[in-house]
Amino acid sequence: MDRETTLRVSVWRGTDTGRFVDYEVPRRESQTVLDVITYIQRRLDASLAYRFACRVGMCGSCAMTVNGVPRWTCRTHVAKVERNDTLQIGPLRNLSVIKDLAVDMGEFFDKMQRAGATFEPADKGRADFAVVGPESPPRRLVDAAIECIGCGVCYSACEVVAWNRDYLGPAALNRAWSLVNDVRAGGNPARLRAVAGDAGCHSCHSHQSCRQWCPKNLNPTASISGLKRAVTRAAIKGTL
Amino acid sequence: MSARVQTWMWMAQRASAALLAVTITVHLITLIYAVRGGLSAAEIIARLQGNVAWLCFYVIFIGAAAVHAPIGVRTILLESTPLSPRVADALCGVLLITILVAGLRAVFGLYGFSG
Repeated sequence: MDRETTLRVSVWRGTDTGRFVDYEVPRRESQTVLDVITYIQRRLDASLAYRFACRVGMCGSCAMTVNGVPRWTCRTHVAKVERNDTLQIGPLRNLSVIKDLAVDMGEFFDKMQRAGATFEPADKGRADFAVVGPESPPRRLVDAAIECIGCGVCYSACEVVAWNRDYLGPAALNRAWSLVNDVRAGGNPARLRAVAGDAGCHSCHSHQSCRQWCPKNLNPTASISGLKRAVTRAAIKGTL
Repeated sequence: MSARVQTWMWMAQRASAALLAVTITVHLITLIYAVRGGLSAAEIIARLQGNVAWLCFYVIFIGAAAVHAPIGVRTILLESTPLSPRVADALCGVLLITILVAGLRAVFGLYGFSG
């Protein structure tokens, strides 16, 4: 790669109100968007606020909006997303901005709790390990939803979250679905009540933006559809 | 409105959508058949009057429309306007009654109950 090439980068500065500020960053081979942000913060403007931890796509803390699309920046190569050697990097949508690229994730994790995201064993007195066959249907449903890293990309991509501030969002509902299918988990009647109605699974329009941008290739829309079926069964049985 | 009621409304909207898929298809096919077959308006009305099968069909059609449309409009109002849930619920209640009254009046009129 030509080492003289530079990247023109517009970065959001401010809180919920602010503006994009332009920087020039040298292009590097295999450069990630997080590398670009780190270069700006360490070489050009030390006051830039952003968040990251693992740098390898495990922790879910570095998600930002890159050229209008929510992405995990540590695993997003510049070559994949730049347009004419330019990048626009902003904070995640649908969450209030603390400073620059760091958003307040409190609302996101509060909604996880409201959706019943905490595992509680059904049999608290159980001394032995629960045997869950890896090929059993409930386990396969859990497998499809379990790899969420809580990055907030789906929450940022979701149009329904933007329209309905009470909506729990794809990640919280996906987590609830993984617990509904966990044969060891208790509290599912309360969990189904928590995810029902206008704030829950029934508001999903199945636009599938969550599925399109999830960096782990999960399908929260399918999980939400599963919750709709489970809640419908509970309503018919009278246990909702 | 409780999450339980909202869940039943969601289920009612899906069930009414299934009914509408059938009733609208039958309605449109019959409409095209009647017009292409050269039936006049008077001949169509004459066939509808006193016909219990068509009466039942259109009562189901109107009932499904009266359930389906207000629930969908309620969602649109809540997501796209600053209206409170209470106001949206009230407006959709009015819409339900309007569709039901206007629709059933037309259906029973064609059947012959009101001349």
